Amino acid sequence: MPDTRKKLLELDHVRVQFGKKRRPFVAVKDVSFDIYQGETFGLVGESGSGKTTIGRAIIRANPVAAGEIRFDGRRISGKLSAQEDRQVTRDIQMIFQDPMSSLNERAKVGYIVAEGLYAPGHHLTEDQRREKVAKALSDVGLLPEFASRFPHEFSGGQRQRIGIARALIMEPRFIVADEPISALDMSIRAQVLNLLSALQKERGLTYLFIAHDLSVVRFICDRIAVIHKGDIVELAESEQLFAHPLHPYTRALLSAIPQPDPIAERSKKLLVYDPACHDYTQDKPVWCEIEPGHFVLGNQKELDGYRESLAKAH
Amino acid sequence: MEKNDSVLLSIQDLNFKFTLRGQVLHAIRGISLDVYKGESLAIVGESGSGKSVLVKTLMGLNDQNGYIESGKILYNGQDLATFTTDKQWQAIRGREIAMVLQDPMTSLNPLKTIGWQIKEALELHQNLHGAAADAAVCELLAEVGIPDPQRRAKQYPHEFSGGMRQRVVIAIAMACRPKILICDEPTTALDVTIQAQILGLIKQMQKKYDLTTIYITHDLGVVANVADRIAVMYAGDIVEVGSCAEVFYDPRHPYTWALLSSLPQLGVKGEPLYSIEGTPPNLFHEVRGDAFAPRNPQALKIDFVKRPPMFAVSPTHSARTWLLDPRAPKVEPPEHIRVLREKGRALKLTGEGTANA
Repeated sequence: MPDTRKKLLELDHVRVQFGKKRRPFVAVKDVSFDIYQGETFGLVGESGSGKTTIGRAIIRANPVAAGEIRFDGRRISGKLSAQEDRQVTRDIQMIFQDPMSSLNERAKVGYIVAEGLYAPGHHLTEDQRREKVAKALSDVGLLPEFASRFPHEFSGGQRQRIGIARALIMEPRFIVADEPISALDMSIRAQVLNLLSALQKERGLTYLFIAHDLSVVRFICDRIAVIHKGDIVELAESEQLFAHPLHPYTRALLSAIPQPDPIAERSKKLLVYDPACHDYTQDKPVWCEIEPGHFVLGNQKELDGYRESLAKAH
Repeated sequence: MEKNDSVLLSIQDLNFKFTLRGQVLHAIRGISLDVYKGESLAIVGESGSGKSVLVKTLMGLNDQNGYIESGKILYNGQDLATFTTDKQWQAIRGREIAMVLQDPMTSLNPLKTIGWQIKEALELHQNLHGAAADAAVCELLAEVGIPDPQRRAKQYPHEFSGGMRQRVVIAIAMACRPKILICDEPTTALDVTIQAQILGLIKQMQKKYDLTTIYITHDLGVVANVADRIAVMYAGDIVEVGSCAEVFYDPRHPYTWALLSSLPQLGVKGEPLYSIEGTPPNLFHEVRGDAFAPRNPQALKIDFVKRPPMFAVSPTHSARTWLLDPRAPKVEPPEHIRVLREKGRALKLTGEGTANA
């Protein structure tokens, strides 16, 4: 079935590192996954696992040390021609985590939203620009008049909407949403989640949804990848992942989800993940499709164990 | 739980205001709340609902421009609301009521070693010095689950991970042997796996030292895990208070309904989530009637005019909504809440105490 869908974004053995060449810090080790057109792909992991680094590598804020990122079949990592560069910047936009710090306090909302349009190559008149800003603002449920106000006049939820409007005005095809709701209050979260999925339906957007909150990811994402210390350890359709988690880290993560139900919450058993449980000295781990659409990282012995537990579950 | 009978701390009709640029912000609007000995009370609310202001009032830690307008905070025969000097507060802070703050990176001093920071509390509150204090530091660190305490005590906060730092903050709070431990969003800055460990640690401390804990959080998952009783705050007021099972399985206030319904855990994939429209009221303006009414699609006319009193649902459960008035029309709660209620009813048949155990 996956073959019928179009791959919009492909990550092929991507490695991202920081620091000096001699002693690099490898934030993302060797990550490969595809994101299909129109889906919401979730990337889950704890802080420091490299999930934001991947998101930033896709918008080309972090250079890729090895491997390749392809968007719509074309390579977008490494050096690009000026024209390609402009096109990719347009097509891939990002929504940031903290709406309190991601908006320029000294600029008016109209400018913040329109800033991408000032880049060369758009050739818009001031009127056209204003019109576009008004449309983008009303698309995210804000009033066009807000363009003349400053960010501090808005609440957290409204500021996040401004951040979304800023991404939408470029008419992107792909949006990297980096923890877009974790800084928001619970009554506002649902509003923003609904807005994101409505926009997706309307425009056929594709999302990469980066989060640490698995309950939100389960609700909004079609497929989920679990990342741990720069390695993707498991990837599957959301329900499949929740029903049959295989990798011990995924299982530990799932067991820790806080549930708003006193009885379930108090009876839950916590699993603790100890990376030492893998013996990778001789038998190196491989990235293997253990059942259709369900990938897991493990060595041969572990994979056999996973297959067995899957067979038992079915 | 027979311990529950004695009231340790009693807040009575508390009003707290801030003056800000010539305007008055009514942050706490007439809250009454009892805290029983040995319980864990969770105060749930959005940011700006006044939950942090409320607990800071208990320790006299609010900013200078804030003042108690009226009301009492009774603790140990004293009225904390009348305290004016720092000296009076010093007897309470740490020794009687201690606090664990949200972000362990900002609540620890980056320039001092962990051991120094714990020792500071020991010297002040337990009058321990020198080698005795050092030994106590190691004991405390071991107690909160930090391996190799002797070496770790000489390290600085940046050498600890987020979860470890939060353990250190708990150790500092415990160094004073308080009666009440206030945890202000203790796990918000932590990862889910660490979050569960820290909550476990706080529970363990509570059992060991017979503590009373007050949690402040907006995460209903945390609340479900730790709370015996829950107080739901909205716009500077407690709108519903009850035992954990009562609030989760039989909520009465429309705000609690909305809060529980909007959780993604209960959502159906592909359908929009239940969402609360609008934003909380601006507390610079005096709120008329029920503060939640403008965001409540089923609000009654009276909700906009008159502030509802606390109606008792059961001896432990009460809510501030006109829906509980005998004259009120019957308003059906959203679907999710009905499902929860069914679940609650099924549980009551098997004995209500399960969730409290």
